[in-house]
Amino acid sequence: MASVHTVGVVGAGVMGRGVTIALRQAGFQVILLDREPEILKSVQRTIADDVRLYALLAPASAITAAEVVAGTVFSTDLADLAAADLVVENATERFEVKAPIYRRLGELLAPGTPVGVNTSAIPITRLGALTGRPEDVVGTHFMNPVPLKPTVEVIRGRRTSADTLERMRGFITALGKKSVVVNDSPGFVTNRVMMLTVNEAVFLLHEGVGTAADIDRLFVECFGHTMGPLETADLIGLDTVLLSIEVLYDEFKDGKYRPCPLLTGMVDAGLHGRKTGRGFFDYGSGASGSGGAR
Amino acid sequence: MGADSKARIREFVLDNITETELADDDDIFERGLVRSMFVMQLVVFVEQEFGVQVTGDDLRFDHFRSVDRVDELVTRKLAAV
Repeated sequence: MASVHTVGVVGAGVMGRGVTIALRQAGFQVILLDREPEILKSVQRTIADDVRLYALLAPASAITAAEVVAGTVFSTDLADLAAADLVVENATERFEVKAPIYRRLGELLAPGTPVGVNTSAIPITRLGALTGRPEDVVGTHFMNPVPLKPTVEVIRGRRTSADTLERMRGFITALGKKSVVVNDSPGFVTNRVMMLTVNEAVFLLHEGVGTAADIDRLFVECFGHTMGPLETADLIGLDTVLLSIEVLYDEFKDGKYRPCPLLTGMVDAGLHGRKTGRGFFDYGSGASGSGGAR
Repeated sequence: MGADSKARIREFVLDNITETELADDDDIFERGLVRSMFVMQLVVFVEQEFGVQVTGDDLRFDHFRSVDRVDELVTRKLAAV
């Protein structure tokens, strides 16, 4: 079994950058892909910002932006992934965006190259089928921010091979993280519970049972959570939350996943949370301030 | 200069919290006034407001815990320019 030296990272968004930095911290060589040359142009600057934040929050993990870039090949050509020993795919959370990538990966990669799907909602088995080599595809649900989160939710697709699963887990261990393996099901464990919780919290607000600040305070002060469900939703982005709950609704055809009308209305109104400056809480002009939660 | 920079730092922090009372030696993170990500806004604020670079050893969470600590960092950076 070949050891992993070079890792292909598809997508240079928040997750792809986080994975890239974590990989470089652990000494892997990286091939970072995005279809937009503009994104690749600006990504080095964004990586510098990310690296500074991680240096502040977790000094032990300190790596310089130059060290990240030095071991990273930036590319817009998927064919460059042929040199990768393992791939982590982080494209946008929409099946129609991910699907063509998986068709190409099936053609490009040497058989037996493990492919990790970094997704929070899309079924692993369905994407694996597109490659023609479903045994090589496994879910790797990294949490944001990747360099600071100790554990990865690993999802065994219906046709993921035991060898692929073992190699992916070994790789995650080499990254300095732990893994928890679950079977493929829409939303897996984390997001199925999280999105239902967030949506129910929105219903509580919608029905006037409590204010946003009070709903969140109960989770923080009674349960010891770092932040309440509504502030978490603001951090994830309400558009993403709505998309996720809609995927669960479509996949299970179960009314318990119906999105709260207040959530839909806020997304329609452009109140997407922290990134737009306002969601359940107001983040002021700074757009990422502490908000009015406390 | 010191008193002036401290006032500007205090004003920035107060603009970003809901409390109206803040002692210069209050640990704003420990008191739960801001989330840990706020540290990044403080770094950017210091760089833009005072025209200094926060890099290397200066990039330490401890330097951003309170108005006093931020002011110490700013004073030291400005003296070195």
